[in-house]
Amino acid sequence: MLLDDLIDSAQSDELLDEFAKREIRRAILAAVAIPGYQVPFGSREMPVARGWGSGGLQITLAVVHDDDVVKVIDQGDDDGVNAVNLRRLVTTSTGADQTSIAAEASVIQSRHRIPEDGLDEESILVLQVPVPEPLRGVERDMRELARMHAEADYSRMWVSLYEDKVRNGVITQTTGYPCLVNDRYVVATTPIPRWDIPRLHESPFLTLFGAGREKRIYAIPPRTKVEPLTFEDVPFEVEHADGATCSLCKSNAAFLVSLPNSDVWMCSDTDWCRRTREASA
Amino acid sequence: MTNDVEYGRYPVARLAVPEWMLKVERLGRVYGPYDDTVIASTGPEIGSSKSAVNGAVVAAWDVSFEVAAGEALGLVGESGSGKTTVLRCLAGDVAPSCGEARLRTTEGDVSMFDLDSSARRRLRIDTLAVVYQDPAEGLKMNISAGGNIAEPLTAAGWRNFGKIRDRASELLTRTEVPINRMDDLVRSFSGGMKQRVQIAKALANSPSVVLFDEPTTGLDASVAAGVLDLIRSLLEEHRIAAIVVSHDFSVIEMLTSRCLVMQHGRVVENALTDQLLEDPHHPYTQRLVAAARA
Repeated sequence: MLLDDLIDSAQSDELLDEFAKREIRRAILAAVAIPGYQVPFGSREMPVARGWGSGGLQITLAVVHDDDVVKVIDQGDDDGVNAVNLRRLVTTSTGADQTSIAAEASVIQSRHRIPEDGLDEESILVLQVPVPEPLRGVERDMRELARMHAEADYSRMWVSLYEDKVRNGVITQTTGYPCLVNDRYVVATTPIPRWDIPRLHESPFLTLFGAGREKRIYAIPPRTKVEPLTFEDVPFEVEHADGATCSLCKSNAAFLVSLPNSDVWMCSDTDWCRRTREASA
Repeated sequence: MTNDVEYGRYPVARLAVPEWMLKVERLGRVYGPYDDTVIASTGPEIGSSKSAVNGAVVAAWDVSFEVAAGEALGLVGESGSGKTTVLRCLAGDVAPSCGEARLRTTEGDVSMFDLDSSARRRLRIDTLAVVYQDPAEGLKMNISAGGNIAEPLTAAGWRNFGKIRDRASELLTRTEVPINRMDDLVRSFSGGMKQRVQIAKALANSPSVVLFDEPTTGLDASVAAGVLDLIRSLLEEHRIAAIVVSHDFSVIEMLTSRCLVMQHGRVVENALTDQLLEDPHHPYTQRLVAAARA
């Protein structure tokens, strides 16, 4: 596309003009080329506040065409207020179709979950990231952080895991567990539960992480090695509650969440739960 | 540089593997622009390390020495004499202005000042350790004693929680830190105990060279004596090449066999420690020794 065409299209009614899309796509290409590396990008103003999914939204708007089908979830829920609003924003702005079934979607935007099933080579998973810097908890100085990533010096991260284990007997970090991508960069896996971490490893789909407030994009390309940071003798464990099953679909095969102050469990992925119930009915 | 040393007309070649572990040649650190005139305008004869020519500070100049495995070399002098500058250049905390420092490693000799910062840092993990005067410089106060020792271990690739804990408790036992304090934050420790943890951390990956910067200066006399005893026995046990910076002759006397005396950024005397104490040559050394003996 020539610059003149871009200037014309910059007047478009879409949320992102062609210049912005181009910049974001470039950042995405760099991120895919260097798995786990945090690529800075401009981060435009969005009709949602920074820190409310603006990074994921910008990625989605930059990769979606009018022949795409999008699924947006908040937690695992397609009908959460944020999910509905973001989905409406994307579909009206781009002309893409919407779905709640992951297998039918080509682009899936999420913050807390990876849908339980249906993601394949054709899927792009877009994750909204609140804090893209996995080392933020152990170091604040930006130059020092850049150095630590450049030299793959993650000993302080290991020390924080050591301290966690010593103090609490177990490694308590539940969501956003730090992972080593492609044997090189440690990434923050945004607030997805541990349950979803093994599903990032050698996954068939492309995962794009967007942090709008922090202006960073990073990626886990398909078929990439993703290892949670774990001591050899302290196995990585996913969430599990003994005997818990979903109160709706009676299954225990998916990630379960409990209602506050109760023993009532439900599938986090509402669409998966619905389809499970329909299949058994 | 070759390893061949020539004595007069007779080459003592190839067979003579020099025994040094760390060799420093003509090390200098100047703050500000300098040339021969600036250098000549400072030093013990002038009585200042600050040049009257342009205000540059010659913190250290023309410092050369060797240290062998199992040997401890002292660097003595009053505050501002340049001894800590020399140590910080070797530690990699300060960039030297000129000179060379070669370190013997299992992979051959390394010219330390030619390494980039990342290679320097790797050297600090398993080959060259530093014990600072202020434990806050060498330790993270909000992390447990065990966690502080885990840092160099994980940096060296240790990934087994049980083995890391075993190694940490082994080191803490050796440095006489009560093992039931292993999981307490270093912040809550006494000065002497912090210093012992710092020594344990420095020894984590069995370095071949350890630099001590006033290791007992902040401690009261009885605690300092205990820490000095510990350092001395560790140096003997592990055949470490050590450099001990101190203004305190009792520390130098106890730990080192040879020492350099520095004044205004220059080495004014270089001798065996006991000789130096019995028969100091340089007037400045005489004054220092007299003051220490008084």
